[in-house]
Amino acid sequence: MSDTMKNTLLFGLVAVLILGTGFVQSWNVAVLILNMGLISAIMALGVNLQWGFAGLFNVGVMGFVALGGLAVVLTSMPPSPGAWAAGGAWRIILALGLGAATVIAAVMINKRMPKGRARLITMLVVLVGGFFLYRAVFDPGVAFVEAITPAATGNIGGINPGGVENFKAHGYMTLVGWGFGGVLAAGAAWLIGKTALGLRSDYLAIATLGIAEIIIAVMKNEDWLARGVKNVIGLPRPVPYEIDLQESPSFIARAEGLGIDVATASSLTVKLGYSLLFAAVLILIFVAAQLALKSPWGRMMRAIRDNEVAAEAMGKDVTRRHLQIFVLGSAVCGIAGAMLTTLDGQLTPGTYQPLRFTFLIWVMVIVGGSGNNLGAVLGGFIIWFFWVQVEPIGLWLMQVITAGLDDGSALKSHLIDSAAHMRLLTMGVILLLVLRFSPRGLIPEK
Amino acid sequence: MDLLNALVALSNFVIIPAVAYGSQLALGALGVTLIYGILRFSNFAHGDTMAFGAMIAVLVTWWFQSMGIGLGPLPTALLALPFAILGCMALVLITDRMVYRFYREQKAKPVILVIVSMGVMFIMNGLVRFIIGPNDQSFADGERFIISVRDFKAMTGLKEGLAIKTTQGITVVVAVICVALLFWFLNKTRTGKSMRAYSDNEDLALLSGINPERVVMYTWLIVAALATTAGVLYGLDKTFKPFVYFQLLLPIFASAIVGGLGNPLGAIAGGFIIAFSEVTITYAWKKVLGYLMPESLEPSGLVQLLSTDYKFAVSFVILLIVLLFKPTGLFKGKSV
Repeated sequence: MSDTMKNTLLFGLVAVLILGTGFVQSWNVAVLILNMGLISAIMALGVNLQWGFAGLFNVGVMGFVALGGLAVVLTSMPPSPGAWAAGGAWRIILALGLGAATVIAAVMINKRMPKGRARLITMLVVLVGGFFLYRAVFDPGVAFVEAITPAATGNIGGINPGGVENFKAHGYMTLVGWGFGGVLAAGAAWLIGKTALGLRSDYLAIATLGIAEIIIAVMKNEDWLARGVKNVIGLPRPVPYEIDLQESPSFIARAEGLGIDVATASSLTVKLGYSLLFAAVLILIFVAAQLALKSPWGRMMRAIRDNEVAAEAMGKDVTRRHLQIFVLGSAVCGIAGAMLTTLDGQLTPGTYQPLRFTFLIWVMVIVGGSGNNLGAVLGGFIIWFFWVQVEPIGLWLMQVITAGLDDGSALKSHLIDSAAHMRLLTMGVILLLVLRFSPRGLIPEK
Repeated sequence: MDLLNALVALSNFVIIPAVAYGSQLALGALGVTLIYGILRFSNFAHGDTMAFGAMIAVLVTWWFQSMGIGLGPLPTALLALPFAILGCMALVLITDRMVYRFYREQKAKPVILVIVSMGVMFIMNGLVRFIIGPNDQSFADGERFIISVRDFKAMTGLKEGLAIKTTQGITVVVAVICVALLFWFLNKTRTGKSMRAYSDNEDLALLSGINPERVVMYTWLIVAALATTAGVLYGLDKTFKPFVYFQLLLPIFASAIVGGLGNPLGAIAGGFIIAFSEVTITYAWKKVLGYLMPESLEPSGLVQLLSTDYKFAVSFVILLIVLLFKPTGLFKGKSV
């Protein structure tokens, strides 16, 4: 069987699984799986860039995904009224600038001054002084912003030109947010890469694990930024609203012509609209990644991955190339994160869990085939499908197993309640089985 | 008097909690560092191993409680600890046999083993949630305080109170016993010496006839005991919640790396360094400073450098600083 044939069959299997869900369960669930599969595929492409191309072990995917979500809020929401008045949000921006300046100054001192006690003392003075200056400017600004209608906003809002009344009409701003999500994630990746790349591989893993937790902590606690755990809801959309469709006579006529009731038709239309947008982004990134892989740059990356010492001897700047691809891969994850938040229509920092947003993506890449873009995309779809469907399957399995037990027995109810946790178990088993018996994944690297 | 009050407040809110937390971190970091020294990979499943051990302790404790067996003023969990350790040992040995051994024989790269440990983490996490559920479980019983605030105030007549929880006392005592046993084992027994030899130089150890599988088995047994103890102590002191153990991974790794991966002494030092920095940086110093400073200078704010929600950031920043300036850690660790 040729490779093309095998790949077609594998993707055909994904299509059958999703269509099957449509026929057996409901089309809404099927399209939702498709949409999340598209997003997961993009995340997997991002991780595959880092791991498959360059062998960088990034377990901070969650942080970059969350930054993408934050970017959507910062672009597509309207600026909160009053927050930008004197002493408000500008103070916060100024404080952040001061903080950055402090760090830059410390780094410069570390580079320029001769080693010794004088350098240490100057650096400490700059850092401690900078910290207190930062807090002195920052705290009043935050207090001011968070005091403005805390029940509704209490944050700085975004840059949507529509203002509070009309921001939902400017749904295209979420698309701008996708790009900004990539930029934000890339910025964070540059910072972390600058410090942690060039160290050993496990250290990068632990550093990225840490930065992801910190990003989530910041998003949960800095209410002025995106309302923290109070969540931002009602984000504008790049696609029409169901309610508008249901009121449009031409849409009603078309739905009736197809013989679907209007409510179902409208929700399917909206979801398929998202599918089209996501598919466009996926194709764009996939083609770019494929071109990159086949270019001299891609060959150099793989050469570095396979033998760093030899590549360095050939005059390649390994650390720099690593930084480059680390930033690129994280940016892709950021874009996917922004798309995810757009699909949800809300930003809920409390729902970011490393098992779901970091390690699951890793399972996708490994199962799909690390080093192969097509494999990553396939892994994204398949693993997402199982992630969603394992729960009903597990529930059904538990009901079959416990069918012999009395209805009131504690064991039975415990087993049935626990079926929800089958997901993690299954994912772990899938990951270990693939690593053991087919370590190159479903579609291996050529 | 003010100076004494300040000292008491400082011990109550900073020193005692940090010592207890530091002991828990040190035990956790010892496990990570031993795995790194002998098996040569960073074990991402360590947090969930702790959770698994602690879970068995919780279950056994409940069983004892239902039968009315207890230790009087001490928590019943101490009685359950040996059983939990045995259960956890069985789990890690099965895991090693079914999962890790294959890659060891293949001489897989460390990063592959890290990914494998990710899969193990998923499974252990799933198992724990499957058996006991994702919620908080309380299993501490017995006397709550060694010294309570009221008793302390009555005893000394000071304005500030000092409380030492039983769990804090037990944490420190148990940790000291564990560490003493561990070092005795590593330095005095034949098996311990062969473990250290294997960690220092694998080839040389193999040449001198050390059986690697035996070394690996003992390592897992010790790691299971340490992880369970750390997990139970943390659960007693705070509360048992499966997800929290996963989050402990970061401070534990930070402790191990700050001390120097592969170096047991470094792991202990690292644990206390991380714990003390976390607590001091996130503590609101208003009270202590209020006693020490003249009234006119008394601070108006809380004098809290960072909010407690950012305690992860503290361990992370320390980790980064050490990695940037002394990549092998404060005590000489390994750098593969």
